[in-house]
Formats: sequence, structure tokens, C-alpha cells
Amino acid sequence: MDFSNFLLMRQELSLVAVFVILFLYDVFCSDNTKKAFQPVACVLFALHTVSGFFPASMGEAFGGLYVNSHIAVLMKNILNIATMLVFLQAGHWLKTDESVHKRGEYFTIMLVTLLGMYLMVSAGNFMMLYIGIETASLPMACLAAFNKSAEKSAEAGVKYILISALSSGVMLFGMSFLYGVSGTMYFSDMKAVITIDPLLIMGFVFFFSGLAFKLSLVPFHLWTADVYEGAPTSVTAYLSVASKGAAAFALIFVLYKVFGNIEVVWNQILWWSAVITITLGNLFAVRQKDIKRFLAFSSISQAGYILLGIISGTAQGMTATAYYVLVYVFSNLAAFGVIAAVENQTKGNTSISAFDGLYRSNPRLTFVMMLAVFSLGGIPPFAGFFSKFFIFMAAANQGEYLLVFIALLNTVISLYYYLLIVKAMFIKEKNEHAADRFVTDGYNKLSLILCTVGILVIGIVSCIYNRFDSVAFGI
Amino acid sequence: MSILSLFVLVPVLMIGCLFLCKDIKQIRAVMVTGASVLLILAAVLVVLFIGERAVSDATMLFVSSIVWYEPLNIAYSVGVDGISVAMLALSSIIVFTGVFSSWNMNMAKEYFLWYCLLATGVFGFFISIDLFTMFMFYEVALIPMYLLIGLWGTGKKEYSAMKLTLMLMGGSAFLLVGILGIYYTSGHTTMNLLEIADHLHIPVEHQRWIFPTTFLGFGVLGALFPFHTWSPDGHASAPTAVSMLHAGVLMKLGGYGCFRVAMYLMPEAAGELGWIFLILTGISVVYGAFGAVVQTDLKYINAYSSVSHCGLVLFAVLMMNQISMTGAVMQMLSHGLMTALFFALIGLIYGRTHTRDIREMGGLMKIMPFASACYVIAGLASLGLPGLSGFVAEMTIFVGSFQHVDLFRRVLTIVACCSIVITAVYILRTVGKILYGPVQDEHHLGLSDAAWYEKVSALGLIVAIVAMGLYPLGVSELISDSIAPIVAKLM
Repeated sequence: MDFSNFLLMRQELSLVAVFVILFLYDVFCSDNTKKAFQPVACVLFALHTVSGFFPASMGEAFGGLYVNSHIAVLMKNILNIATMLVFLQAGHWLKTDESVHKRGEYFTIMLVTLLGMYLMVSAGNFMMLYIGIETASLPMACLAAFNKSAEKSAEAGVKYILISALSSGVMLFGMSFLYGVSGTMYFSDMKAVITIDPLLIMGFVFFFSGLAFKLSLVPFHLWTADVYEGAPTSVTAYLSVASKGAAAFALIFVLYKVFGNIEVVWNQILWWSAVITITLGNLFAVRQKDIKRFLAFSSISQAGYILLGIISGTAQGMTATAYYVLVYVFSNLAAFGVIAAVENQTKGNTSISAFDGLYRSNPRLTFVMMLAVFSLGGIPPFAGFFSKFFIFMAAANQGEYLLVFIALLNTVISLYYYLLIVKAMFIKEKNEHAADRFVTDGYNKLSLILCTVGILVIGIVSCIYNRFDSVAFGI
Repeated sequence: MSILSLFVLVPVLMIGCLFLCKDIKQIRAVMVTGASVLLILAAVLVVLFIGERAVSDATMLFVSSIVWYEPLNIAYSVGVDGISVAMLALSSIIVFTGVFSSWNMNMAKEYFLWYCLLATGVFGFFISIDLFTMFMFYEVALIPMYLLIGLWGTGKKEYSAMKLTLMLMGGSAFLLVGILGIYYTSGHTTMNLLEIADHLHIPVEHQRWIFPTTFLGFGVLGALFPFHTWSPDGHASAPTAVSMLHAGVLMKLGGYGCFRVAMYLMPEAAGELGWIFLILTGISVVYGAFGAVVQTDLKYINAYSSVSHCGLVLFAVLMMNQISMTGAVMQMLSHGLMTALFFALIGLIYGRTHTRDIREMGGLMKIMPFASACYVIAGLASLGLPGLSGFVAEMTIFVGSFQHVDLFRRVLTIVACCSIVITAVYILRTVGKILYGPVQDEHHLGLSDAAWYEKVSALGLIVAIVAMGLYPLGVSELISDSIAPIVAKLM
């Protein structure tokens, strides 16, 4: 056996190493020594994240099962950054009495899901992709049900496992059709033989539906709000950025690498799902009273915007999509970081009214939250403006002006509900449920500072986009 | 770095300084210094521009460009012609006077932070010649409005703030589609205005949809008839300086964008479809004036009058000849100055009487003579008294519009002319009601006249209005060279 194949999987190996160290630490150390668990985990993972930025060798391993490319490395780095920020934000919650003894599980399970996401991004074969998706999904259900004594959290876990089992089944069904048509599971071989025929279209639709569950596209979005609301905030944050980002990356790779020849088929499907997803996500978000449910629907509509980048089928589209996810990671995690801080303070109250008059008591947190929602809403000069602009550019490049226009009108709706948050924080008077003045813990502070810097800098500095552009590829 | 970038840099530096300020005195010092620097910059720019214009025949002067997003061919490009110089001068005057009009704000630090961001957007918009940066600055100027109105406004401020923001953002949705259309159909993917105008041509079938979307996008901000409803509510609820800046400068962004982007880049479609918008603007002019007649709230009166006057700007732009377009730019300047003066005075009066209802006020001339005299001057400028700016602008517009020989445009011109009479009605009625006659409320007798900072604000604007009224040639010489290439494309 040729072990040099493993060298291509450097990021995966390093991740597994971090996982093993933390696992052993959790199992063999006494409670007293485990007090340093959070810092150790964060430092180890930070090292792993940094190592991802060093140049790596590219190529295929294990006969094409696993493919490492520059853009895949970039995407994994985005996922790393997201996970890093979530780890930092979890600090305060993991110190509470109910979860302090489970912190080892939290970190190790998170790392396993991340490994699954790596495999999704680097898959060169449908089986590999499937394994990746499963590795990412099953532990995620454990995370959703992490506060297992809380009813909502347990419910979220059950919902997630049922839905993900169903979607995996549907996806496997679709893959079997694809295999039946082409006689191969490898992306590159399949691309060479497929032509438009009904069986293939059916296979594609099933496969797409499976991934749509992960991306929470309408009409496969029904689990999202309940799971987001029930799961612990830091898990929700992870679910909304990393899990969604990985699914988007997997979708873009499969569409470009396998179905590039039959663009006519998936173009229509994506067009309609984008329109419906953005619109319904936005309309439901308007009427939410709970901020986590609210962000769930907002993240549904954000997934619709991601489709706009994918639909173009060009290198520009891939660049715009990856860039969009990067910006989304920073903006959404900034929002979740603030929510986590406020939630800790108000004893688990996550209604929007907990933010009333927050500016009077916590001006800095309010500032970060404002940046986050402005960035999510696409207001310049924050990063969200640039990422939205580029994704619209990518779609318009293919002449999809109508789609862009619909999406733009939706940004107006989304601005409405994002401004409601701003209004609650700045204009409304403080009520008795609202958070008092408090100090955020150091880890969360660090994550919020990183997010703020990200939101302010990523758009203005063009080198990040240029780097993405230099490695992206189209159909 | 060219002098133009300083216009953006100074407000950004002001924002930075404000963060460091500890008390109200420091904040005022920062704001006054910054606003004065901007005013001086604008004066220097006018002088430099006139000097440079004499020796150069390029469309835009002081052009400089920094590549930003190379793969997408997006650059930070700046450049000015006479029209943008005039607009920059107007903006700096209003930003300067606005600072004095908001001398005693509560939460001053936050207020001025947003104020500076608004100024950044406005200045950035007028110096940009790249569609991307232009659009970015346009949106930068919109969003501070929400908090400025929502937090420091009066009346139904939350409703107005939301309405204004959403309607203007809706307009920018149209605009962005138009910009993307321009970018991809011009034949060479570029965002540079000059390059598209001089070397490229957008196919007419694309122009037919890009022109209406872009025009509408900017038109919303210019209070084009069915989309003007944000303006009365927004202006009425906004704090004084924000009303000044918004009516005085921000609405001009709409008019400026309409001809700089929509008409300049899509001349054929403008010729074909211009008549639809011409009718809408005609309605704006007359409807706005009638709207002002029935209002009793001073700010609403002035806001509707703004709809009417800004409608006149778009009306003149769509007439597409040298004289009417010169008139359009003059009307922008004139309306910007006098409406700012109006709002400054209304803010002053409201701050003392705590009412803006004209039925509850009277005889203010005796109580606050300075403010009342200024109000009369603003009113006279608004109804077009010769010697003040309004006369020059409206005269030029109507002369230019009537030059067209076709019946349609002549009839519309006559209809629009009627607005002058209606303007006289509501201005004279307001002036007569609140300044003269018996004092309505005896509490008003003890009120003080304008404080020194309010006097600075009002006098600054009056000087500009009179200067423009007495020496219109200076303004028209500044802008006529820049209008010629646009008109030449439209012919």
C-alpha cells in the first residue's frame, strides 16, 4: 500500500490528532486537571487552523476517492475558522453546572462532525460524499440533544436525527439511480458518460433533495426552526454556519464536477428553489419572536442567496459562493456570540424582547450585534454588502436578472426584520425581561472581536476575494 | 492621493476622532473643525477646478483610479466635472450649517457618528465615477438615516424611519439590477462611467429595460411621484440637521444619479421612454405643491414643497436640452440651500414653541425677529423672487423646457409653471399665519430669538442663496461645460 496518499490528507490527519489528544485527555485525566480543557482545546484547534494555511500538496488519493484541491483547502479553512469561533463562544455555557462534566464530549463530537465535513468537501466519489455527510450528521444529532434534560433540546435532537436519516435515505436512493445510469460512483467517470435521460434526472432530483435538507432549502426546511431553537446556542451557531457551509460546498463540487454537462436540468431546479427559499425564509422570519428561530429563518433565506452563486456555474460563481460563506460565518457568528452572551445573562431567555434597550446597558455588545445584522442585511461598508454584491454579479453574468431582482427585493424585506433588532436594541426602552449590564467572558470577547474585525475588513481588503478567484473553477 | 479623496477621508477621520471624545465640548470642536475643513476643501476645489477647466477639455478632471477588485474590474475611481463640484460645494455648506443646527443634541457622540457616516456617503457618491463605489456610497448614505430618525426624531419616528429606509432600499434594488445590466451588456465588463460613456455602447434592446430600472432607482430618492411617500413622513420626523441634509443633499443624489447614470449611459432609451417619466415628474411638481397647500404642520409643508421642487429637477433633466439641464442643476443647488434654511428655521421655531402646527402660532415676527426675517427670505427664495436663487433656477428650467416645439412638452411645461402660483399660495399663507397677525399663545411671548449658533447656520445659508441669486452666471459657467457632453449624447 502506498502510504504517501495519506500525505494529501494532511488537514484530516491533523484534525484526527487533535481529536485523539482531546479524547484521551477527557478519558484519562482527573476532574481537577480537566479545568484547563477549554483553553487546551482552543489552543490545539487554533494550531490546527493555522496549519491549514500553509501550502499543501494537491492531487487525488486512493484512486480518486479523495481529492485535494486549492479551493477545497480554502473551504476547509473557512470551516476551521467557523469552528474556532464557535469553540470560543461556548466557553461560558460549558462552565455551567449541567454541562461542565460533558465538555469533553462537546469538543470531541464537534471535531468528528468537522471531519465529516472535510470529507464532504474533498470527496471524489459518491460513496465518500455519503460517508462524509453521515459522519457530519449523526454526531450533530447528539450535539442538538446536548442539554438532554431540557425538553426542547431533546426534541431538537430527535427531530434532527429523524430528518437526517430520511434525507440520507432519499439521497442514497438518488445515488443508486445515478449508479444505475452511469455504472460508476466516481465523479470524473460519471461526468464522462451521463446524458440527459429521465432516470438520471430522477436520480439527480433525489440526490439534490438529500443535500437540500442539509442546506435547509424550502421545502426541506421544516426541521430548521425547531432544531435551532431547541439546540444549545453554540450548537445552533455551528449548525447554521459550518454545517450549512459544508453542504453548500459539497453541492457546488458535485454540480460542477459531475453534472456540468446537464446544466439545463439543474438550472431550473436551483432557480425555483432559490426564489422560494429566499422569499419564504424572509417572510417567516418577519413574524418570529424568538431570536434563535428568527436567525433560523434568516439563515434559510441566506442559503437561498448561496444558490444564486452556485446557479451561475462559473468560476466567478464558485468564488462568490465561497466568499459569501466566509462572510456569512463572521456575520452570523457575531450575532450568535452576542445571543450566547445575552442568553447566559438572562437565564436562557432568547426572545427578541430580551434585547430591548440593550444599548443603554451594553453598548459594545450592541455595536457588534448591529454590525452583524447590517452585514447579514448587506449594508455597506460591511463585508455582507460585498459578498451579496458579488453573488448577484455572478448570477447576473448568466443573464439571471430576474432572479437577481427578486433576491434584491427580498433583501429589502430582510432589512426590515434586521432593523427590528436594531430598533429593539437602540430605540426601545429597557423592559423587565431585558438583560442588565454585564461583562462578557474573555473567550467570547475574543471571538466577538475576531468577528468584528472580519466584518469590517474582509470587504474592504480585496486580496481575500482575489485569492479565492485565483483557485476557483467553473463547469 | 487626489484632493477628491480627502472629501471622504475627512469625515472618516472625524468618525475616528469622535470615538476618542470625552465631553460635548470636544465633540463640538471636532465637528466644527471637520466641517470647516470640508468647507475650505470645497472652496479650494472650486478654484482649482476653474483653473484646470481653462486648460483641459477632458470630461472629468482630477481623475484618479486605484484598482480594487481586479478579477471583477472594479476600481476606486474618482473624478469631477462642474456638476459634481457644484454638488460637493452644496453638500459641504449644508454639512457645515447642519453641525450648528444640531448644537444641543442629546447623545451627541452617537448622533454625530451617524451624521459623519451620512456625510461620508454623500461626498463619496459625488466624487465617484465607478458604478460600484458610487452604489456603495449611495447605500452608506441611506442607512444612517434609520437611526438618526428613529432615535433623535420626533412624532411617529419609528414608522417614518422604517418607511424611509425600506422605500429607499427598494429603490436601490432597482438600481443594482440596472448597474449589473450596464456592467454586463456594455460589451466590456467595466464599472467605469467614463469608459462606458466614451468608448462603449449598450445595445438599445438592453437599454430599454436598464434605463427605466436605473431611473426609477434614483427617482425614488428624488421623490418621483408614486414613490415619494417616504419623503413627507421622513422629513417631518427627522431631527433638524438630518432634515436639512436629507432634503438638501440626499434628494439631490437622486437627481444627479438620474442624469449621470441613467440618461448619460442610456441616451437612446432616455429619448424613447423619457416621456413616461416626464409625465410622472409633472405630476410630482403639481401634486407636491397642492399637497403643501393643505398641510398644517410646518415640516410637512416644507416636505411636500420639496417633492414639488425635486420633481422640477427631474422634469428639467428629462427635457434634455442645454438650458433646461443647466436649470436642473441650479434648481438642485437652490432647492438644497433654501430647503435647508427652511428646516433649520423650523427646527429653531419648534425647539422654542414645541409646536409645528401653523394654527397654533402667530405674530412670531415680534417675538423672534431674526428667525422670522430669515424665514421670510427663505419663503421668497422658494417662490422665486428675483435676486434670490429660486428665481434663476426656475426661470432657466421653464425657458429651457418651452424651447421644445412639440405640443406634449409645451403643455407639460405650462402645467408645471402653474406650480409657481401654488407655491406662492402656501408660502405666503404660512408666512402670514405664523409670522404676522396676533400672537396665538401667550407663552410664546417669553421666547428668545435665535442663539449664535443658529444664527451662524441661517446666515451661512442665506449668504449662499443671495450669492447664487445675484451672480448666477458664475454657477452656470461652472456647470455648462459639463452639461454639454451629456446633452450631446442625448441628441
